[in-house]
Amino acid sequence: MSESAYSEGRAILDPKNLEVPQHSALVRVTHWLNAASFFGLLASGGLILIAHPRFYWGEAGAWGAPPIIQLPIPVILGFSGWGRYLHFLSAWVCFLGGVAYVIPSLLMGHFRRDFLPEKGEIAWRPIWRIIAVYLHVRRPTSEESTRYNVLQRLTYIAVVFVLFPLVFLTGLAMSPGIGSAFPFIVKMFGGEQSARTVHFFLAGMLVLFLVVHLIMIGLTGFSARVGAMIVGRGKDE
Amino acid sequence: MNENISRRRLIWTGVAAAGAAGLGGAALFAKRVGLIPPDSHGLLGVGETLTYATQRLLVSEKTMAREFNRSEISSFAPIKGNPPENEMYERLRAKDFADWRLSVGGLVSRATSFSLDELKRMPAENHVFLQACEEGWSFIAEWGGVPLHHVLNLVGVLPQARYVVFFGYDINYDAPNARDIRGKWNSIDMSDAWHPQTLLAYSMNGLGELPVEHGAPLRVRVPRQLGNKSVKYLAKILLADSVANIGMGLGSGGAERGYSWWSGI
Repeated sequence: MSESAYSEGRAILDPKNLEVPQHSALVRVTHWLNAASFFGLLASGGLILIAHPRFYWGEAGAWGAPPIIQLPIPVILGFSGWGRYLHFLSAWVCFLGGVAYVIPSLLMGHFRRDFLPEKGEIAWRPIWRIIAVYLHVRRPTSEESTRYNVLQRLTYIAVVFVLFPLVFLTGLAMSPGIGSAFPFIVKMFGGEQSARTVHFFLAGMLVLFLVVHLIMIGLTGFSARVGAMIVGRGKDE
Repeated sequence: MNENISRRRLIWTGVAAAGAAGLGGAALFAKRVGLIPPDSHGLLGVGETLTYATQRLLVSEKTMAREFNRSEISSFAPIKGNPPENEMYERLRAKDFADWRLSVGGLVSRATSFSLDELKRMPAENHVFLQACEEGWSFIAEWGGVPLHHVLNLVGVLPQARYVVFFGYDINYDAPNARDIRGKWNSIDMSDAWHPQTLLAYSMNGLGELPVEHGAPLRVRVPRQLGNKSVKYLAKILLADSVANIGMGLGSGGAERGYSWWSGI
């Protein structure tokens, strides 16, 4: 691994000095459940999107009405049917997996211990120090390499407590059944079509998270990191 | 270590057994109280069943679809699909549907057929609803007509009826064997059938009639579900205890082409 351009920075979570499992069984199981469901949601979301790749603001919008965004992709009909079946099946797995992850994690202090930034960490100086590690300007201290840094912590908080809940709510806001029972969910986003537009951008942010997540795993030792998420501990390569 | 593994195994076995028993019990309960949709088969049917059952528990008969102001009516009301292309429909249309009749039968005590004028003399209501397509587009329009429950009360629904099935002039609704019926037929459960906002609509946006492409002379409007439930060009309404013997038995023509029967999401 010494030829890796990132061999110094990989110590953000250095697998070398870890004798104890890095991820609990709960985190490992729900991680892969949610990973699988996310790919299901992404693929089926794409199939639904190509049936009408236009976005509107407000309650209603259709061919003939002015969109706020029109994606430059061809319109392909006919896949939204099983795309929707798969989307909602994946959404159920994602929802149930998410609940199975969040509730015990709250009770067991996983978020408080691993995600909540420590006192004084949300400040320019410590954030710059982490950026300097990513930019290879500075080697991480051994304490820094065995815990999530403040940027990782804020990102995971944003994904778990902001992006996923909002993507669920915007999804529900598009359901005529749920919109009837809980109209405030629709109003919250300014209408059904607004919710659809926000849903698309939230999905885009989750994809951005996924891309960065995969790049960081690649840079810090792909098999060690994936191993850590499957069996709990990763071997150094 | 060994002790640890056997204890772990014991716990997981217990969890799995409790889960299996719970699922089995839930399935029996769900079937009895009508929480299983007609297209519940296969892996994708699992999601469909969870969605339908959850919405049936969250969305009661008293839950009203959102209504809008007339000022919010969309200037564009796109359509999906073409008007019926058959001689029968053309003949009815040529005479402004004067000879058109809606037959209502199946599990009812008085199978009846209604002319358009008879329906128009029944208590009329107007509602401004949003209608969305599963493709993602939507529009707001005003629909005028008679609530379905009014007609159901006139024909007397038998207690064993579980579905109201809608057939339009755009399909072979009168096929001798109902299993041969294909196309855009659809069905709703009794919760939607008795719902106060479920409308047999003969007027759109105050026109006093439906534009042909929006389903003339009569369509159903099921405002708590996507547009495909709102079958156009109605010819026949059937009350049934099961949809297993209609078409491919999935509850709607759409479900035969890969679109879920339940359209509340």
